[in-house]
Amino acid sequence: MTDAHTTGPFIAAIDQGTTSSRCIVFDKDGRIVSVDQKEHEQIFPKPGWVEHDATEIWENVQEVVAGAVVKAGISAADVKAIGITNQRETTMMWDRTTGEPVHNAIVWQDTRTDALCRELGRNVGQDRFRRETGLPLASYFAGPKIRWLLDNVEGLRERAESGDILFGTMDSWVIWNLTGGVNGGVHVTDVTNASRTLLMNLHRMAWDEKILSSMDIPAAVLPEIKSSAEVYGKAASGVLKGVPVASALGDQQAALFGQTCFSEGEAKSTYGTGTFMLMNTGEEPVNSYNGLLTTVGYQIGDQKPVYALEGSIAVTGSLVQWMRDQMGMIKTAAEIETLASSVDDNGGAYFVPAFSGLFAPYWRSDARGVIAGLTRYVTKAHIARAVLEATAWQTREITDAMTKDSGVELTALKVDGGMTSNNLLMQTLSDFLDAPVVRPMVAETTCLGAAYAAGLAVGFWSSTDELRANWRRAAEWTPRMDADVRDREYKNWLKAVERSMGWLDENTGEE
Amino acid sequence: MARNIQSLERAAAMLRLLAGGERRLGLSDVATALGLAKGTAHGILRTLQHEGFVEQDPASGRYQLGAELLRLGNSFLDVHELRARALVWTDDLARSSGESVYLGVLHQQGVLIVHHVFRPDDSRQVLEVGAMQPLHSTALGKVLSAYDPVAHTEAVEGEREAFTARTLTSEADFEGVLDLTRARGWAADVEETWEGLASIAAPIHDRRRMPVGAVGVAGAVERVCPDGELKPELVAAVRDCARAVSRDLGAGRF
Repeated sequence: MTDAHTTGPFIAAIDQGTTSSRCIVFDKDGRIVSVDQKEHEQIFPKPGWVEHDATEIWENVQEVVAGAVVKAGISAADVKAIGITNQRETTMMWDRTTGEPVHNAIVWQDTRTDALCRELGRNVGQDRFRRETGLPLASYFAGPKIRWLLDNVEGLRERAESGDILFGTMDSWVIWNLTGGVNGGVHVTDVTNASRTLLMNLHRMAWDEKILSSMDIPAAVLPEIKSSAEVYGKAASGVLKGVPVASALGDQQAALFGQTCFSEGEAKSTYGTGTFMLMNTGEEPVNSYNGLLTTVGYQIGDQKPVYALEGSIAVTGSLVQWMRDQMGMIKTAAEIETLASSVDDNGGAYFVPAFSGLFAPYWRSDARGVIAGLTRYVTKAHIARAVLEATAWQTREITDAMTKDSGVELTALKVDGGMTSNNLLMQTLSDFLDAPVVRPMVAETTCLGAAYAAGLAVGFWSSTDELRANWRRAAEWTPRMDADVRDREYKNWLKAVERSMGWLDENTGEE
Repeated sequence: MARNIQSLERAAAMLRLLAGGERRLGLSDVATALGLAKGTAHGILRTLQHEGFVEQDPASGRYQLGAELLRLGNSFLDVHELRARALVWTDDLARSSGESVYLGVLHQQGVLIVHHVFRPDDSRQVLEVGAMQPLHSTALGKVLSAYDPVAHTEAVEGEREAFTARTLTSEADFEGVLDLTRARGWAADVEETWEGLASIAAPIHDRRRMPVGAVGVAGAVERVCPDGELKPELVAAVRDCARAVSRDLGAGRF
């Protein structure tokens, strides 16, 4: 922009994501000054396995930090702090004396620990550690991935037990390297990332010894658990040498923070390939009886941790991509709106995209995708409409589960992510939720959250109230649907969901 | 029959030839089929290739129809694509200008608002996506009329209602404003559509320099146009935003 950004100071946020690493420099108003981004390789050694080369990732992180700082035309002296946000649960281990990873990082989507998770569930099942960790035993989480590495990398267990090996999610890896690596790098993680390992006790914010022994993981490999916003150390080299490294948050928690959902009952939903919705539940963890996860939202310095309920939808943006790439009904993702807008309703069709089972709140791995209600009348435009409605109904199911678990009624939903540019989807969402849907002015809420937390830690921003004042509404959609229409449509949707279940004969997951 | 341009007739014949029968043809096949010297055929094929209507297989050297032909019939930019591309830039414009941002395209006889970013204050605002604005009096409409010949025809031939005392309704005045718009690359509306409201807009072009829409800010006349002068930094911000969206369309489309 022509109005020169203030001359600083600034905060740099690093987003170590699933497909790329990015660095964004923000000014005091929370506006973006510069961005740099680099993708890394997705490694698929076997069906269901997904890995990243952690060395490549660290090199990319250094590059994008340098890139963003150069583009902004600033120097280390202008940057008050570095914040980190990262793809959650992706697990790696490295040698503390050489800094070499012992194996590729195992990415959150990787399902190699499915069988191990069932075995760890013993006679209790997937909820064996739910009371302590808030999570079901599932292959996403880091703990079983550590165990897999210890069991499958030759000699690793011995080296781990003798204290030569460090475990980390990507936050730990980036912070350790940033702060010096083999030359005094700090080995830490934050409460939000630790809450995704299946190894941390949510009530005590400490590694749970019983679970560690059940999973047979030596405590020596684990990082120290810190708050999400405090100075962990200083950058030891590179363009930001000497700048404090002052925040770490898992990506979805960072988006919650960036959306300034600081009060109990405030929720955000990020619409990307999949969708992740988190609701702030205040200073007490809320157990879920409706298929949601209990997780840590954030913790600022020595303040009390703030908890969140989380619900995820596996297939949202990827359903639109499927319509484009597999069905060829549209040429670009944005055209789904054009096609869907050419009709007034779904023509009676409902699309349940349970491509790899149903996630929250059902958790049915035996479900598969269904298009229900087809008649001669239905056109591809109706199907396009059903595609968008699927995302909206699935969000409604999660908000219903959140209301049941927390007892807090959703007053408004803050949204971000690529699909928020779809006006019809946002209006439909508001209609189905019967609540306002609000899009903030800075779409990069994930990086912004990391920047906010780092800025709070070094006093760049004084309080969460000041951050709230930075939040700007870019658009708001309000419900326009009659209650009886909504109720009828919801009933039809639930019937369609019913029909997707039990498709697979052999039950590969838990019931 | 009026005299036709021979090379265009030959080019059309080549396209028909490539469209029928065998998909890929060598230079001598084309020349023989149309009874042309190889050099002549080559010159025409190279021109067509340059325009994207014909492609040459790098391995065999044979020619086939190019992707540009497919785009010709279906080349309008989807407005939802336009919104998706403009999102970041329009957010930033709203934030830096402190005013509401609108993105408009020509639709029938007016400007269809396809994207709207709220003014960044805490006031209650209503999303105006889907609303129509007049072509002859708004900044968005003037930009579209100045750059898009179809919009120009609509605006000149349509009725130009006087919404306020400042609305320009005569054709000569209107054409004068469009000339000025083209000369400086932006347009303004100071209380010509709504009392108390002023707006500034600039054109968005796609990668072939076709005008596909207009982006602008709108706000209280006291803020946008203090002491009767449009704020130069607002004009610059709007033009920067339009350029950024245009760049995005050129870089990433298809």
